[in-house]
Formats: sequence, structure tokens, C-alpha cells
Amino acid sequence: MKVLVAVKRVVDYNVKVRVKADGTGVEVANVKMSMNPFDEIGVEEAIRLKEAGACSEIVVVSLGVPQCQETLRTALAMGADRAILVETDAELQPLAVAKLLKAVVDREQPKLAILGKQAIDDDANQTGQMLAALLDWPQATFASKLTVSGERAEVVREIDGGLETLSIALPAVMTTDLRLNEPRYVTLPNIMKAKKKPLEVLKPDALGVDPAPRLATLKVEEPPKRQAGAKVADVKELVAKLKGEAKII
Amino acid sequence: MGILVIAEHDEGALKSGTLNAITAATQIGPDVTVLVAAEASGPVAAEAARVAGVARVLAADAPHYARPTAENMAALVLSIASNYSHVLAPATNFGKNFMPRVAAKLDVAQVSEISAVVSPDTFVRPIYAGNALATVQSKDPIKVITVRATAFEPAATGGSAAVEPLAAVADTGQAVVTGRNLTKSARPELAAARIIVSGGRGMGNGENFKLLEALADKLGAAVGASRAAVDAGFVPNDYQVGQTGKVVAPELYVAVGISGAIQHLAGMKDSKVIVAINKDAEAPIFQVADYGLVADLFQAVPELTSELG
Repeated sequence: MKVLVAVKRVVDYNVKVRVKADGTGVEVANVKMSMNPFDEIGVEEAIRLKEAGACSEIVVVSLGVPQCQETLRTALAMGADRAILVETDAELQPLAVAKLLKAVVDREQPKLAILGKQAIDDDANQTGQMLAALLDWPQATFASKLTVSGERAEVVREIDGGLETLSIALPAVMTTDLRLNEPRYVTLPNIMKAKKKPLEVLKPDALGVDPAPRLATLKVEEPPKRQAGAKVADVKELVAKLKGEAKII
Repeated sequence: MGILVIAEHDEGALKSGTLNAITAATQIGPDVTVLVAAEASGPVAAEAARVAGVARVLAADAPHYARPTAENMAALVLSIASNYSHVLAPATNFGKNFMPRVAAKLDVAQVSEISAVVSPDTFVRPIYAGNALATVQSKDPIKVITVRATAFEPAATGGSAAVEPLAAVADTGQAVVTGRNLTKSARPELAAARIIVSGGRGMGNGENFKLLEALADKLGAAVGASRAAVDAGFVPNDYQVGQTGKVVAPELYVAVGISGAIQHLAGMKDSKVIVAINKDAEAPIFQVADYGLVADLFQAVPELTSELG
């Protein structure tokens, strides 16, 4: 079966972002960019399916500026077979991304679409569920274990307070959670090989989708800063402060 | 046009996040309806009807709402969504699972995890792990919103709404819940706990979390963890506090062996009082802690537990 994995280029998780002085957004110029960590888990899971013989081809898709090609090359270096970039400089919100991905899915006909549960920039946690809705496919969000057998998949999901096991008919959408796997590092020879793998560039128009944003961002600001308190010398002082000053215990 | 709040519950009682979502709803407008989908909605619907600010409770009963799939929840909400200007749910794994499905089917944006209501079409939401707050305006005819529980007070009791039955929508059968494995614990839930004791990579292994459990039991606290501790396999994922786990704001948060990565701070920096115990005096957690103790946690935690005795 063919597996499609969506990957997003985001500000690296180690970077502490700064809000722009004019309040229009956060500073992303000259900031290290990486693949969204949950999408990396998605690519890894597809590769493991392929290594186990359950997947014949892995197509990775990204949407956005031309530099997303770097993110796609990383996915190819990890082990994906082919890449598609839906290229646009416009702001893409989750609904638009889901519509564009649906158009790609309609063309590629994968049996499974894997997305990260959330991107660490907008923290929306929407796109996978929206894609599933638009396709009328079942979904398994926040996956921590995937087993594919024939025309169905069994997914163990992270829910509040524990785990849930879901049996879904394929084709389906799955979104990844942290414990699904630990993504591999890319090696230099694989980076070289990835340069020769096919990468197709499409425009939103060609997919017949209007990606105009639905939410207007009126302003972006810094959250109130929390003041550091004091150090205490020992456990006795800590307990005294919690009882006397904070009156918490 | 009223506001619809989707109740999260455990078939016996409302989950706390529902009460916070109701408060957000009442800040948007006066006409609040709560939808309870359950196998047997009786007690939960009655509880929802007693919440202040609730005008009406819709109760949909069917076996497939006992452990509802996203497909079935979305189908039920979509059967009535066009009667409302806003559809809200708590931003828990429950709400996050089906609400974007509802939004996509309505061809509207979802506003995720709002932390403030500015006006009926304008909301504040954290982005970049809470390092920035975006004020966003939706012009869509129906606003689909998930609510960050810690940003809104829980709604009080004192209401007396009418409970009306709502026809269930047939099981889509697209997904089947075949099992559920809930962590059994006598301790409070993370989302609702007054005190939380959390451990990080510094705990060393899962066995050492017993030290935190002993402290938590003294304090009547819930036990949490950083992503690093979950990644290392010390504790299950549902312990995780942070950008990609749970967002909490208890009265007291005790961070033990947690360095204070951005993604962890995102989940707990709104706690009223933060205590940090870490042997590294330079750990970033001390920059947000009200009380910092630079010490070896393997000595300090048992000592703290016995001091509280």
C-alpha cells in the first residue's frame, strides 16, 4: 500500500521565538527551521511500515514556501521515496492545508495518510482531523502504536487518562503522538541519495483549492512574564515558606 | 443564535474542562446549550442542567456514545450545528479529536485552545508553546472553538435548565473502539488537581517516581512529568505536562528534576505557586519558580515528604 506523510517546516523546537516589535507575528527571519517533530515521527512510522513489508511507496508532501524543499529532502534522506511540494508564499491555515492535502490524496490515492498531531508553531492540532473529515475517512489521532493488517489498521491512541485501541477501516488518516517511535537520524550517504529522489512542485491553483485564510490575526504579543522568586536554603525553609508565605499547605 | 457546548464526561459526571468551556461560552453570549452524548445521559445531563448560565441541555443517548469515536461525535454535532453561532468544547484529547472534523464539514476554521474571549468573533490563543499570544478574528458564520480550561474559571452550580432529548445519529461504523486501558489511580486527575508534583529526566528511572508518589500522597496531589521523562519511558504519556501534553495551572506545582525546557514551561507556567527542586542551580526552571531549592532530589524529596508528615 501507498502511504502519504505530510511534513511541515517550522521554527526549530530549541529556538525561543521572539514576538515582532510591531505585533504582527513572531520573528522567523534568520531563525533555524526544522521538520515539525511530530511529522518526523510520521515519516519514521511510514519507513518502518515499508521495512516490515506493509508499505510499497512513501510519498511525503509539504506546503508552503520554496524552502520547504529542504524539509522534504530530509524526509527523503530518512527513507521516503518521493516528494511533492505545494508551493505558495501565502499564509496557510489548517483548513486550507487540509483542502490542499485532500487534492493531493485524491491524485495519489494512498491507503494511509499520516500527519503529526500538531505543529509546534501554531499549536492548532486540526489538520489531520480536517483531512479525514474532507475525505470522509476514519481517523485515529494521537497514535502511540500502529498495526496494519489487510484492509484494517489497529491503532493505540493516547487519550486523557490512558490509552484507547481503535480498529479502523483503510483508507484512513492517522496523527502521531510522541511515543509512536523514535525517528532515525539521517546519514550523509542517504542525504546524497535523497538529492536524486523525485520532488514535484505544484501550485495551489493547479489543485483547484482557494487557500485564503479564514482567521485574521489582529495582533501577536508577548505573554506576561513570570518573575523568578527566591532560592531557599533547605527543605525546612521551603516548607516554612509554603506554609507561612504562600499559605498553600 | 445560541452557543453550543459539547460536554465531556465519564458517563457518571462532567469532566472539569466542560465547566471551564461553559464559562467561556457565557462570555461570548447569554444563550448556552450543553450537549451531552452518552450511553445513558441521565446523571450527566442532570448535572449539566444545574450549572449556572446553562439555558438548555440536549441529551443524546445511544450505545455508540459510551466510548464515542470522532466520527460519531462529529456526526451528532453536525446534526444541530447550524442552529448555533458558536460550537465549543474543552481543548482536551476528547475535544481535540472531533472538533476539527466538525469545523471542516462546516467549511469553517477552528479556533484552537482559546485563552480569552475578546468579543463574539475575536479570541486570544497561545501559539509557539505559549511564547506568544495571538488575537484572532473569525468571520465564519459558525465559530468552532476549543477552550483551554486553565484560562477560564469553572462555571458554578445554581442553574435549572430544561433537559431535552436529542435524536442520536446512526453509528457511522468507520472506527470501532476495541479497548480502553485507563491508568488507575486514587490520586486526583492532572487537569483538576489543586497540587501537582512533577518529575523530569533527573528522576533517573520510572522506579524513582515512587519518591514523588509518596510526596504527592502527603499533599493530596496529582503526579505529572516532563516530556523528557515520558520520552525516556519513566512514566506513561498521560502524565505529560507541556506544549504537547497537558496544560495545567494548579495552586502549587512542584517541579522535581525538571530543567525547564520551553515546551514544559508552556504547560505549567500559569500555576499559582511554582516550586523547583533541581541540583543544577542554572536550570531555567528557577527563572519561573517562586521557591527554588538547589539540592539533590533523592535527599530533598524524602526529606520534604517527612517534613510534611
